[in-house]
Amino acid sequence: MNGADIAVKALEDNGVKLVFGYPGASNAPFVDSVSRSSIKYVLSRNEQGAAHMASGYGRVNRVAGVCTATSGPGATNLITAIATAYMDSIPMVAITGQVKRELIGKDAFQEVDIIGATLPFTKHSYLVKDVNDIPRIVNEAFHIATTGRPGPVLIDFPLDVLTDEYDEENTDTEINLRGYKLLGKANESQINKVADALRKAKKPIILAGGGVCCSDAVDEVREFVKMTNIPVVSTMMGLGVIPTDSDSYYGMIGSHGKKCANSLLNRSDFILALGTRLGDRSIANIKGLEKVKKLVHVDIDPAEIGKNTLPKIPVVGDIKDVTTQLIKIAGDYRTSSEWLSEAHELRAETKRELVKHDTGFVNPKYFLERLSEITNSDIYLTTEVGQNQIWSANHYTIKDPTHFLTSGGFGTMGYGLPAAIGASSAQSDVPVVAVMGDGSFQMDMVELGTMKQYGIPVKMVLFRNDRLGMVHELQYKMYNSNFQMVDITGGPDFCQLVGAYGIKSAEINENSQIDDAIAEMLKDKESYMLVVNVSPFEPTGDAYNENYLNKKEG
Amino acid sequence: MEKYTLSILVENSAGVLSRVVGLFTRRGFNIHSLSVGTTTDDKISRITIEVKGDVYMVEQVTKQLSKIMEVIKIKTLRDDELVKRGLVLVKIKTNAKNRGEVIEIANVFRANIIDMSTSTITAEVIGSDQKIGAFLNMLEPYGIEEMARTGMTALERGANTLKLDK
Repeated sequence: MNGADIAVKALEDNGVKLVFGYPGASNAPFVDSVSRSSIKYVLSRNEQGAAHMASGYGRVNRVAGVCTATSGPGATNLITAIATAYMDSIPMVAITGQVKRELIGKDAFQEVDIIGATLPFTKHSYLVKDVNDIPRIVNEAFHIATTGRPGPVLIDFPLDVLTDEYDEENTDTEINLRGYKLLGKANESQINKVADALRKAKKPIILAGGGVCCSDAVDEVREFVKMTNIPVVSTMMGLGVIPTDSDSYYGMIGSHGKKCANSLLNRSDFILALGTRLGDRSIANIKGLEKVKKLVHVDIDPAEIGKNTLPKIPVVGDIKDVTTQLIKIAGDYRTSSEWLSEAHELRAETKRELVKHDTGFVNPKYFLERLSEITNSDIYLTTEVGQNQIWSANHYTIKDPTHFLTSGGFGTMGYGLPAAIGASSAQSDVPVVAVMGDGSFQMDMVELGTMKQYGIPVKMVLFRNDRLGMVHELQYKMYNSNFQMVDITGGPDFCQLVGAYGIKSAEINENSQIDDAIAEMLKDKESYMLVVNVSPFEPTGDAYNENYLNKKEG
Repeated sequence: MEKYTLSILVENSAGVLSRVVGLFTRRGFNIHSLSVGTTTDDKISRITIEVKGDVYMVEQVTKQLSKIMEVIKIKTLRDDELVKRGLVLVKIKTNAKNRGEVIEIANVFRANIIDMSTSTITAEVIGSDQKIGAFLNMLEPYGIEEMARTGMTALERGANTLKLDK
């Protein structure tokens, strides 16, 4: 048994069934060993795609997805996707090949210090120097990636460690991490303080973040909301914690969220923030918040508390545990009818955009509303980054946060398509729809080959406006319509492009075509692309724009 | 802004220092001084870092450092809670006339003369930031040819210790 064999065995022991990657000289022994194991290897077309696939796979199966690449350029191609996973706390194990130990530091062919390069955005990383350390390191990597606040872990295997003979006598497989501090039960007296503050609150609100999903606490949070009737808003990563069509839900906050959600947050006197970084895109004026609100910040990562703002009541803990305790001691709290009617009124004020028909363009928001209605949101939806993402976040009904995969923190264009391939590889029962813009699709469209080769039935919705829409909109509003570097006319005929891969497609230009087109897209269990032509001047229609339009009109 | 000293026990393994120092860079914290050395357990090193900032900033640094896998334990102390020493080696320009004066200054500061040539004296002094600073000020007029200064290293006052739980 050599190092590669024992590494692959360690992956099997950790429940790995599928890896995404790309071969090269330095990880060739690994690829060789995988072929003799129970693990399936999906070959991507670019390492970045492989890592996003691992992210999509991991998010759907609720495991650490595994991606693998060779040394040097293979490893550096993973970087954007590793950072994407880090920012959204997605568990992942990235396995890279490295040059032989004796060549490290000599600027050998395809050598790069990938540990150094990824240091700021991995939860941990290992350079394996001894073949007998492999089982322990792999076990630790999965433990670290999936526990506490999840995140990506990188293991760098020098080529000669992979080919070294493994000595079973001299190994240890036991996890040995005395510096890894996992939390126990949340402090009871802090929870009591939360309950006391809530009882005094007249206008409470819950702000749900991605941490609710990481902690598998969706049921508990829903239960608590059902008991107390507290209005809920969410960050982008917290979308679906409460079904977005629920009466208790008032929308996504932040510059790209809904005005109603932001207003409600501003009017509240008690905020229960669950598993959110309270980042700049969610809360623009964080200082204003800490002055006037009773802010309770619950997070599993102690460093998140006090990083962006000082909460009145900090609670370090697992959301599942904290919410379970809150249900017991504060489940009898009832939100006042005055506050609820104020919230309802605010929501009612939100002008529903009038959908215009027969314009020669499809309204993407209406399209997404129809997509949720036709599928009953019983699909996995991935998005790219840009207008397509904000339209999806605000107009597609998300009923389950694990079924909406997007790059929230890092905002990575090129995430959605490979993430959809990963999500579709993770399960075959539920259709996977990738919502994309024509800009972001072109970032990782090489993965059409992966999709076709493995018969992965991703349904692609391509909002086409020949523009980098979000920046186009920014230039329209902030740069006097000086449109620069946002015109991507001359892109391919997308139907012909996917046709070259043998993938079926259709193109629509009117709202009246939406229903039939969606039905046709979802009909067979095979890849499909629906090109949806939208206007380059279609607004994102988020809080930022609402404010802008109000200023202009008023 | 107050000065805080962080005593950090870390695994004595490759790359630990770059993880610790890299964290300061990417989170925008400043290191005032740093020293690293072994402990009685050869598997554990002790890093002493001085930082300037308010209590919230220091708390955030500590929390972020705690997330590094190799960081086993951290203690943050204010200046009045610890004894702290640094070392400076300094080479002073001297001649036959003023050599005696320099040696006298060295004696006052309890510095040791550890090397001498016809044109220089090399002295070592151990002490607090202030003591080392005052010593260097006194030597300045003679001309400091070269100097090497360590970061501060520190231990808590009294019977308290920073040790691993057995």
